[in-house]
Amino acid sequence: MKAMNRRKFMKGSLLGGAAASVVAKSKSAEASASFGGYPEAMGVLVDLTRCVGCRSCEAACNKEQGLPAPAQAFDDMSVLDHERRTSEGAYTVVNRYEIPGQDHPLFRKIQCNHCNEPACLTSCFVNAYTKTPEGAVIYDPTVCVGCRTCMVACPFYIPAYSYSSVLNPVIKKCIFCYDTRLKFGRPPACVEACPREVLTFGKRQDLIKIGHKRIQNYPDVYEDHIYGENEVGGTSWMYLSNAPFDQVGFDTDLGNQPILSYVKEFLTVVPMVLTIWPALFAGFHLLATRKDAKNKEEKTEI
Amino acid sequence: MKTLIANGKIPVATHYNTGKNEKLTIKDKLLLGLSLSEYLAQAFRNPLNWLFAVIFTFGGYVTVSRFFFGLGYVTHSSYDYPWGLFLGWGLFVMVPLSASGFMLGTTVEVFGRHDFKPIERLALLNGLLGYLFAVIFLQVDLGQPWRLIYPMFVSLGPAAVLFLVAWHVATYLSVQVAELVPAFAEWAAMPKLKTAVKKTILGLTIAGIILSTLHQGALGALFTYAPGKVHPLWYSSPFQWFHFFCSSIFAGLSMLIVVSTICKKTMAWRCDKSFLESLDRLTLGLAKGATLALITYLVIKIIAIAHDGDWGYLASGWGQWFMLEMVAGVILPMVLFTISIRNNMPGLARFAALIAVLGIALNRLNTALITFNWKLYQEIPHWREVMICIFIYSLYIVTYRFILYRLPILYSWKKDEDTASS
Repeated sequence: MKAMNRRKFMKGSLLGGAAASVVAKSKSAEASASFGGYPEAMGVLVDLTRCVGCRSCEAACNKEQGLPAPAQAFDDMSVLDHERRTSEGAYTVVNRYEIPGQDHPLFRKIQCNHCNEPACLTSCFVNAYTKTPEGAVIYDPTVCVGCRTCMVACPFYIPAYSYSSVLNPVIKKCIFCYDTRLKFGRPPACVEACPREVLTFGKRQDLIKIGHKRIQNYPDVYEDHIYGENEVGGTSWMYLSNAPFDQVGFDTDLGNQPILSYVKEFLTVVPMVLTIWPALFAGFHLLATRKDAKNKEEKTEI
Repeated sequence: MKTLIANGKIPVATHYNTGKNEKLTIKDKLLLGLSLSEYLAQAFRNPLNWLFAVIFTFGGYVTVSRFFFGLGYVTHSSYDYPWGLFLGWGLFVMVPLSASGFMLGTTVEVFGRHDFKPIERLALLNGLLGYLFAVIFLQVDLGQPWRLIYPMFVSLGPAAVLFLVAWHVATYLSVQVAELVPAFAEWAAMPKLKTAVKKTILGLTIAGIILSTLHQGALGALFTYAPGKVHPLWYSSPFQWFHFFCSSIFAGLSMLIVVSTICKKTMAWRCDKSFLESLDRLTLGLAKGATLALITYLVIKIIAIAHDGDWGYLASGWGQWFMLEMVAGVILPMVLFTISIRNNMPGLARFAALIAVLGIALNRLNTALITFNWKLYQEIPHWREVMICIFIYSLYIVTYRFILYRLPILYSWKKDEDTASS
């Protein structure tokens, strides 16, 4: 209780800015050692071998989230000719990849991967992001200042920004249908809409088992890897593929560390500078001006 | 102004009119002791002002339109490059070039090098204005600038690096204002204000060192959120903050040399004897400091490459671009500084300082824009974005000049007794 009050006090005080980052730092340091995501977190396993690129998920998302009608209809497959990314008008998009040596292309749906330790969340200086115990990374537009650091931080290039809005531009991204579905234990709209059972909704921990089982049952088909099981600390959305992941547009150089772990090296420096610098430079001052002080003393003696 | 001085006008440096014992009003001081028509006439004679007039007309229009039509109107609305020129130039370049304030504050107040006193106020002003305009750049870039105080009072995200930047820049701005209060107090004839601030100057300076170390470093640490996006040669998790901090030292000192040179060349009438006569010696003194920082920076850069195992990248096209930046922006000014110090050549040191300033600008733009997303495409800023940057930077120059003309930055205010006797 005492510690709690002290923390609250420090947060409010002027120096609290830096001091609180010390507090927060130690908290997250503990977290990274043991935190593999909330135990009850839900997730989705995407099996690229099953996807035919029908874009039903895009249409369902558009409807569920009340997004503006797209320039080209959802049954117009010519949009697949260019690689697309998520935008303020589309929280999920499907891209087509021609795989050398395979007679048919692969399709990959992208959306927010809902990381266990989201970079967007840790980079946000107004705490607009929350990772819910259900696994969703949600966003509070009422506090967003619009610095767009989360967009810089996201290793998957997911958050988009409504630049066109003058008075209320905000971050736009998939929220796992948290408000309308996930909160009540229901799968997101895209999962329900998929006609090919590409998307499997379930507890993240169960999905990992399912994924490995599929790989075990069909070792000739699948790559022996679940993308998202460990990438950047693990994500709620995970992928199975029958082609090397880098050929289907995945960034395979992200590593398994959460993005926060790269920032910690600096966060460790903060308390050291705060505590060591005042004494160090006051000491320099005394050393550098010792002759002046001596002169003064001699003068007063005379 | 030169012609006016030739005609017998003396720039204001006292509270009393020369000859007569009338106290000067604030209006007199604002008009530099000229009449309104004389003042306007000299302003119109300056061709630079005409250039600014053109920039303010067009740039002002584009800047205002950003607030009416949104960021989408003035930028490419890039999702992949969320930070454009406003932050790339306005924050990441302006802030290191403004490190002069804490550098000279430390030299004079903490290390007791009072021989640097004639240039201390210029360094402080350079710092204050650089930060102020960095915040103005930020305000143009933020989606909802009216929420600027949210991270302070409404919704706190204390574990974020940007949180630290926000708090530190805000606090440091106030520290720099306080450090310059004595200059304002002399000009506005408020002696009590000056003595009050003078008592806290050591505390303020040390606070300035802490805040500067951390936020200069934090600007670098912001990129540790994007380990895969910045090219490995410009990125190093453990060293990024130190690269940014260490390079801000020579950036600030070099910028101070550049600015003092411009002052000497274009407004010598406003500088007093002690400034003009000591400037060559001070320039070489600053050059010494900058050289030490440059060699430190160079070594820690090489250590970072070794630590991260990035040698292989040096052979690529990006590697050549990197080596160009290091040779032209770090090694060349370092060598030139050294030659100038050895042979007592302040002119060469000024040239080296200009190169170092350009070098640091290139480094920050490389990190924030050019090598950012090196695996994707290259974003070229929208012309309106460039226009706004030119506009705000011109505003910065004009504000800078306005203050230099008036406050006792380049000259010392004459004490009332001195004027009475003369």
